[in-house]
Amino acid sequence: MATSLPNQNVSGQKRPSRLVWGRVIVYALLLFWTFVSLFPVYWTVTTSFKVAADVTQGHLIPWVDFTPQWRGWRSLGLSPETIGQTSTVRDEFLKRFQNSVVISVGASLLAVALGSLAAYGLSRFQYRFGKLGNRDLAFFFLSQLILPPVVLAMPFLVLYRELALLDTRIGIILLYTLTVLPIVIWIMRDQFQSIPIELEEAAFIDGASIWGAFFRIILPIALPGMVAAFILSLVLCWNEYFFAALLTSTNANTLPVMLASQTGSQGVNWWSMAALATAAILPLAIVGILLERYLIKGLTAGAVK
Amino acid sequence: MSPAPSVTASAAPVRAAPDPARRQAIGRGLFWAATALFLAAVLVQGLYSAGLTQVGFANWRPVLYAYVIWSVAVCASQVLRHGQRGQRALFVLPAFLFTLAVVVFPTVFGLFIAFSDWNLSSFTGRQFNGIDNFVAMLNDPYYWNAMGNMVIYVLAVLVQYAIAFGLALLLNAEIRARKFFRVAFLLPFMLSPVAVSWMIGKSLMEYRFGPLAQLARFLGWDSPAFFATPWIARASIIALDSWVSIPFIMILLLAGLQAMPKDIMEAARIDGATGWQAFWKITFPLMLPVSVTAIVLRIIFQLKLADIVINTTAGGPGGATDTVTSFIYREYRDRSNVGYGTMLAEFYFVLIVIFLTVLLALINRWMKRFPTT
Repeated sequence: MATSLPNQNVSGQKRPSRLVWGRVIVYALLLFWTFVSLFPVYWTVTTSFKVAADVTQGHLIPWVDFTPQWRGWRSLGLSPETIGQTSTVRDEFLKRFQNSVVISVGASLLAVALGSLAAYGLSRFQYRFGKLGNRDLAFFFLSQLILPPVVLAMPFLVLYRELALLDTRIGIILLYTLTVLPIVIWIMRDQFQSIPIELEEAAFIDGASIWGAFFRIILPIALPGMVAAFILSLVLCWNEYFFAALLTSTNANTLPVMLASQTGSQGVNWWSMAALATAAILPLAIVGILLERYLIKGLTAGAVK
Repeated sequence: MSPAPSVTASAAPVRAAPDPARRQAIGRGLFWAATALFLAAVLVQGLYSAGLTQVGFANWRPVLYAYVIWSVAVCASQVLRHGQRGQRALFVLPAFLFTLAVVVFPTVFGLFIAFSDWNLSSFTGRQFNGIDNFVAMLNDPYYWNAMGNMVIYVLAVLVQYAIAFGLALLLNAEIRARKFFRVAFLLPFMLSPVAVSWMIGKSLMEYRFGPLAQLARFLGWDSPAFFATPWIARASIIALDSWVSIPFIMILLLAGLQAMPKDIMEAARIDGATGWQAFWKITFPLMLPVSVTAIVLRIIFQLKLADIVINTTAGGPGGATDTVTSFIYREYRDRSNVGYGTMLAEFYFVLIVIFLTVLLALINRWMKRFPTT
């Protein structure tokens, strides 16, 4: 008893300072990782405003050790003085940008539509297609996630040539829909399962049909989940490179393909690459940051039970 | 003398309350008509492209339209024939028919390609060559080298998991500005891997002017070439990939941590457990299910790794950083070798299925030894 008492006292005195140190370490680690996460982005954005000397001398902070100039953005035709002039690079960029928007939004919408319907069906009704039950159907959909893109790439190349879908937006949309469909079904099934079935039962008693109850009662409640699935799909489709590189050439190129084709040819022409990279990541980074809540909801759906 | 009015008169009530037999007949008729249309389109185009007939379309696109019409007809006939049951089926049918068309058919078609000698740049076209591709694959050192690299990349997921767990614990601690840190940590996940390849791989790690190279020089590494020797190149690729994908694991783990009952941690603290003990005895076991989900999902995505490798090293030096996907990509891009490339891909797919099945079975057995939940 007597020996343990002073011990406790010591630890009681030590605790505040240990706590302070603990907090310092926690914040130091947090700031360190924030630096790791943000520095490449910061570097890319600032480099797009540098001239060659700033790059070679390793200048980092604008206005302090280098004067920002529109160098990189001018080569893209997006700087203040070139924005009014005609620019082939800008036209090229805008065309790719438009492709990226149409393809990623189109594929995400299609996937959310098809996936939500399927997820609702799987979470509410008992199916029997021949020998296939609900579990088999869910497995059939979710197992598509395992399929590596290479398995599909070359058959699709040959098929799309025959179908005249090579290098078309619609062809890429169909493929992207396929790649995100399992993720959408995964998220939405989780979402629908959390909605009490009594809501529909009440609607049926009021004389609603199955589809009427789905559209009028369930869909509004499930909307946040659908937004989450949509945002996650958008991020994945916007960044997809492999299929786009193989199946598009001049018409339906997306931004990642354009970016990849410039990487090799630019040499030390860093400012224009940096401007291009910034323009390619910025729209989605903004969407992602503003709708981060939904992105997290989508990522974590079904993971925690 | 005037049958027309009576027909319209009887048609109206049919619409209001259609009799089941007639609806069944219409549904069945619709289904078979659409099936006939689809088969006819396939037949016409098949014969035409085989050179047997003169009548046909410029490409196979009309067959695709016929498939769409067939799918719509299948859905409609379900409703007509089975009423409510059909309406329920209508929820999964679109996704099912879509997946059937874009996955099952191409994969089976891929098997057909895999057993043929088919180079898109040669004029001879497709020729069946049995298991030649398979034999060539077994003797292709670069393919097996890429396979070996995949083992390393998959093992790297465990390192990523450890770092992500640390970050999740940090974010779950009592801190200010949690939302800011969470957004900052999540940002790399939103960026395109192609952009990241340039941002980090080709500029931050650039030998002459890249800040990371300069930092490495400052720390005493004389020639900071991140992609010159095999192991350093592999480590660099893993670092790039980790930067993009750690946030994904971290977010899953953070959700798991936040869902953990607070009173258990409270009880542990009262019982005098140190932070270290509390983590290994309580947090870690409770987090096992989430951890397994996160790791398995990450492994599935890691097996598809390609973008970063293609755009940073193109598989070099000497294939040291090649993934199976990037290797097959070059097999097509450089040599247009569709037949052989597809064989490699299909074989890889079979290996993945076996690997994941075994992995999940092992995990299931292993998890049963932890009666924590």
